[in-house]
Amino acid sequence: MALIDYFRSKKSPSSASLAKERLQIIVAHQRSERDTPDYFPKMKQEIIEVINRYITISEDQVSVNVDQNDENLSVLELNVTLPEDK
Amino acid sequence: MAQIIVVTSGKGGVGKTTSSAAIATGLALEGHKTVVIDFDIGLRNLDLIMGCERRVVYDFVNVINGEANLNQALIKDKRSNNLFILPASQTRDKDALTKEGVGKVLEDLSKDFEYIICDSPAGIEQGAMMSLYYADIAIITTNPEVSSVRDSDRILGMLQSKSRRAEQNLEPIQEYLLLTRYSPKRVTTGEMLSVEDVEEILAIELVGVIPESQAVLKASNSGTPVILDNESDAGKAYSDTVERLLGNNVPLRFLEEEKKGLLKRIFGS
Ligand SMILES: Nc1ncnc2c1ncn2[C@@H]1O[C@H](COP(=O)(O)OP(=O)(O)O)[C@@H](O)[C@H]1O
Ligand SMILES: [Mg+2]
Repeated sequence: MALIDYFRSKKSPSSASLAKERLQIIVAHQRSERDTPDYFPKMKQEIIEVINRYITISEDQVSVNVDQNDENLSVLELNVTLPEDK
Repeated sequence: MAQIIVVTSGKGGVGKTTSSAAIATGLALEGHKTVVIDFDIGLRNLDLIMGCERRVVYDFVNVINGEANLNQALIKDKRSNNLFILPASQTRDKDALTKEGVGKVLEDLSKDFEYIICDSPAGIEQGAMMSLYYADIAIITTNPEVSSVRDSDRILGMLQSKSRRAEQNLEPIQEYLLLTRYSPKRVTTGEMLSVEDVEEILAIELVGVIPESQAVLKASNSGTPVILDNESDAGKAYSDTVERLLGNNVPLRFLEEEKKGLLKRIFGS
């Protein structure tokens, strides 16, 4: 590597740091789905179908989570990002 | 009782078979009676990497189906008395591996061997699931690259929910990260995830880092596991990995790019 490349490569955020950022999001997402009950993927799919009867959304605009707040209280959290009006 | 070690990854082509062959050979060299099993039914290639392809008569599926017994199917390694290979079948489909059949073979092998290394196929289908189901230890073979890391995390999910240990609420499988095809130079230039990055993302214990190395192709060309090339960086890195699996604390090597002379750095190479 030439010295010139050396200085150049330090400037903009590297592609590796981009990869790391993306992976941290992906892995956090995969892990949160892992701890959910078995019926979850299907339930999520059906929720998306219902919403899709009214507005077109894609799967990644919906997040469904269970938060175990304490021993006898779990919260089902449904987040839908609506598309922008065109 | 044998320790059952699965070498797994999700993604294909990351170095599972290379690592299975190296680690099995390394354990045998250290005096441990070891068998390495090819779970890649229909696409066997562990026999090639071990250099015993011309001695395959019966295979894993023959044994499961009762068409041959273990002694007929096991191939003794020509370099070590402690090492045996159980090849995959070339023709069947992967559903030939049933939970009961695999369980019975592993149980029988457990009586004779200290270590059973399971070389997993890619993917998350039957063959891959069977190779990890009975594991005590998992070596998550990962390349420093997004799709490999994501697949490794998915496999971690399987180990934690679909394995025998998970189903029977036993102590969980010990999970180790083996980072392969690592290029220190590309890490320095910011093109490749570093060891620390991958460790941080997957959050499992690191057992070894194998550099990208020309010795690996050379080893596979000649059918000699790369760990036997003890002059090579990859060979040494696999030896270190085996030491760590055996509980010995050895420092990581080959994480820095080789130093170049100043002139080369200024004028490029
Ligand atoms: N450390 C390494 N350096 C260079 N090439 C490697 C290394 N590890 C594996 N390879 C190459 O990558 C390819 C896939 O390796 P293999 O062990 O067959 O992967 P898998 O079993 O995961 O599909 C092979 O061509 C092998 O020679
Ligand atoms: Mg393979």
